[in-house]
Amino acid sequence: MSTPTTPVPGKKTNRIGLEVVPYRGSKTTLCAGCGHNAISERLIDAFFEMGLDPAQVIKLSGIGCSSKSPAYFLGASHGFNAVHGRMPSVATGAVLGNRKLIAVGISGDGDTGAIGIGQFVHLMRRNLPILYVIEDNGCYGLTKGQFSPTADVGSILKNGVVNDLPPIDTCALAIMLGASFVARSFSGDKKQLLAILKAALSHKGTCMIDVLSPCVTFNDHDGSTKSYSHVKDHEEPLTDISFVPFFEDIAVDYDEGATQSVRMHDGSTLLLHKLEHDYDPTDKIRALSTLQEYGRRGEFATGVIYVEPDQDHFIDRLNLVDEPLATLPLEKVRPPRAALDEIMDGLR
Amino acid sequence: MTPSDLAVQDVQAARTTRRLVNDFSIQVATANGSGSQTANLVLLRSIFRMGVPVSGKNLFPSNIAGLPTWYTIRASKHGYIGRKKEIDLLVAMNPETARDDVLALEPGAAAIYDEPLRLDAVRQDLVLYPVPFDKIVASIGTEAKLRRLVKNMVYDGVLARLIDIDLEEMRKALKKQLGRKAKALALNEAALDAGFAYASEHLVKRDGLAVARMDATEGMILMEGNAAAALGCMMAGVTVVAWYPITPSSSLCETLIDYLRKYRMDPQTGRATFAVVQAEDEIAALGMVIGAGWVGARAMTSTSGPGISLMAEFTGLGYYVEVPAVIFDIQRVGPSTGLPTRTAQGDILSTAMLSHGDTRHPLLLPCSIEECYTMAIAAFDLAEQLQTPVFVMSDLDLGMNTWMSKPFEYPTAAPVRGKVLTPETLAKMGEWGRYKDVDGDAVAWRTLPLDGNPSYFARGSGHNEQAQYSERPDDFVRNLDRIGRKFETARNLVPRPEVTIDGQARIGVIAYGTSHWAVTESRDQLACEASLRTSYLRLTAYPFTADLDAFIDRHDRVYVIDQNRDAQMLGLMRLDLAVERLAKLRSVRHYNGLPIDARTITNEILAQEGRGQS
Repeated sequence: MSTPTTPVPGKKTNRIGLEVVPYRGSKTTLCAGCGHNAISERLIDAFFEMGLDPAQVIKLSGIGCSSKSPAYFLGASHGFNAVHGRMPSVATGAVLGNRKLIAVGISGDGDTGAIGIGQFVHLMRRNLPILYVIEDNGCYGLTKGQFSPTADVGSILKNGVVNDLPPIDTCALAIMLGASFVARSFSGDKKQLLAILKAALSHKGTCMIDVLSPCVTFNDHDGSTKSYSHVKDHEEPLTDISFVPFFEDIAVDYDEGATQSVRMHDGSTLLLHKLEHDYDPTDKIRALSTLQEYGRRGEFATGVIYVEPDQDHFIDRLNLVDEPLATLPLEKVRPPRAALDEIMDGLR
Repeated sequence: MTPSDLAVQDVQAARTTRRLVNDFSIQVATANGSGSQTANLVLLRSIFRMGVPVSGKNLFPSNIAGLPTWYTIRASKHGYIGRKKEIDLLVAMNPETARDDVLALEPGAAAIYDEPLRLDAVRQDLVLYPVPFDKIVASIGTEAKLRRLVKNMVYDGVLARLIDIDLEEMRKALKKQLGRKAKALALNEAALDAGFAYASEHLVKRDGLAVARMDATEGMILMEGNAAAALGCMMAGVTVVAWYPITPSSSLCETLIDYLRKYRMDPQTGRATFAVVQAEDEIAALGMVIGAGWVGARAMTSTSGPGISLMAEFTGLGYYVEVPAVIFDIQRVGPSTGLPTRTAQGDILSTAMLSHGDTRHPLLLPCSIEECYTMAIAAFDLAEQLQTPVFVMSDLDLGMNTWMSKPFEYPTAAPVRGKVLTPETLAKMGEWGRYKDVDGDAVAWRTLPLDGNPSYFARGSGHNEQAQYSERPDDFVRNLDRIGRKFETARNLVPRPEVTIDGQARIGVIAYGTSHWAVTESRDQLACEASLRTSYLRLTAYPFTADLDAFIDRHDRVYVIDQNRDAQMLGLMRLDLAVERLAKLRSVRHYNGLPIDARTITNEILAQEGRGQS
């Protein structure tokens, strides 16, 4: 059974003159009401509203329900549905091969937290320029509902099995390892998720976004801590987010006492309006302790958890030329005859 | 026996010993981490610079310091550079192995040994040269730690005197090795001279070994296969390198990094025209290569058997999604961890069909450092032409040992980048499908992100010609059959075997990779010692070409030489060749971790021919 994920077509064009159509993908084959479809819709909105050229985007994924979803957005972009848990390495190679590409990696909690945890941690460490989204439902949907490593202690499967292992907090891991933009959101929170995605697209390094995305078929029952109602009741935004892209010439008025402004690398502005508590997402220690505190209370802290707008990314560190490596002309990649002669002379 | 006793011994003994000029093997037994590598390379290079064909083989432990290591130098006026089984001269420096080392020698062989080891008590049928290394080094008068490191240079001096290696060539070779380190150079020179002086004063030559100048190495180079492969990758224009350290392949990427840093920084900007990533494991390394290949970069990785096992899944993805990738397998001894520092050709069968489902991968089979270089270049062309992972099957013997070769030629041909769609091709074609065979060679046109052409969705799941997800049986079969037919295209693109036909020979020999050197020598042994003439086909690639069929057809019996237990290349032939040819195939196998030697092949072929000695 399939349901369309895409909004009703409009005639509106974005800043590069495109309508929303090339930002849409094929019809989803995921279950009706699946949180992942909502995430695909927000990705379509974010890329369209940011005016990014779909031809410049590559979509990558591993294996699982989440990893099917790149087919459902940005149909005009190249896509690569790779092997289970190994999307990070494929994305790394692709981005190194052509640094002009905007990479979006879609993964799931099993694809990232279990089989792919090794590649995940090293991707975060490298701060590769990529938007990495975990569509997190705490279970393996495509193999019919087994627990994944983000399942909370005490969460109950449909068949009554209780999870007794602590969850992996992918956000905490990403922050510790060096990712420079880390957020958590909820597929049911359209406004927050869209603002986070847009901010992520204006960031230069790794953006790791864990989106709680209930599995309506296998993990939406009473006793599950990843059900729609449970997440909705336990989601606690750290701040209220608004985002002003660099190309919108808007003077923003805000109360400095109540709002923190973060200037993103591309000149966009991320505005974080304080809620009950003071929260500073540029403070790494605070970010980690906040995740721990909320986790202990059984709540999900959402929003931009950590951001470091100007941290060097992997391509900076590799000191690559500006041109894509993939298309460098021969004279740039084959040293002259004199080089070979010099090497040969040294071997006599 | 003291040196002075030795000096007054009857020199008559020397005349009864067989004279071996430019035709012998020296084995140096030391402990690893003792600094013997410099001394051994100086020894090798100085003989090489006297114009004598040489080869050097390092037999080392999987360890950093303190375990036994043996370095064998073979000088051969005939140009035989395979391993020689018999040792003519031993340099016994390692107390732990000295007794066994000496016991393994043939009667009449010579041994230089550290005097306190008292090896004269172990064997009386050898020509023994006791040398008080510690005393000699002490006379150089330097701190104890440095003395230990130059102790090995003393045996070079002793050897120079005993077997007539030009001391000046040794000095030059030493300077080449240590040129930039003035203090170390001076110290080593002193040790070299001290060894030479000691031998001049105290040792009387009683063995028959000698080096005499020839002109067989003029213009030649000495290099390790891994370095040669690295050079080939650079010249092929590699831009993305992802690797994970593993013996014996690490030096390939490490040398490549050195070359790239020196020769591939953009002169205008001072920035890198390459990306090198030390990945978290071999799985990620190949994943990165596949990602880079997908966007059109020339990408490679290098590994050994355990890494190949880990790369199985991604290799299948590359095969099915049709992405170019170049993978070097510097084979070592398996199964499992096996013998990480010993050589084998043990990955042939598993690599040819790596990954689940129906898969076949082209293999290139270099036998020399020159082929490590040329096949590295060829591998990138092949991978892009066929849009598939291509493996270069080197081994530890080739990759990590020092080999002589004529210098490499500068590649004049431009890289062959394969079928990448252009707007012009698209216009001519009309309708494009990523996996549509429009040219009849089973290779479809691909597009690259940002190249202005239509996009497609690469997926390891079932897909149709338009790269759309499909579970339809007809789509699946059509696609898999087309990929299968790419192997027929590959047959015409891979290098053809090297065939040497002896018109009178009823027997053929087939070998590949490093076995070539032992086979070359063995064929001479068979002809000279047993009047057994042979033809020879050296495989250079898989898939096999029609040359193999023709070769088998013209001989009565064909021996396939494998450096593995299960006759893996023969196994591959069993899968691919017509059944009537299989009856002619026989197997010679060698798999003890040492490089195969000529005598082993000769004896085995004679035995199977019913002419073996009991």
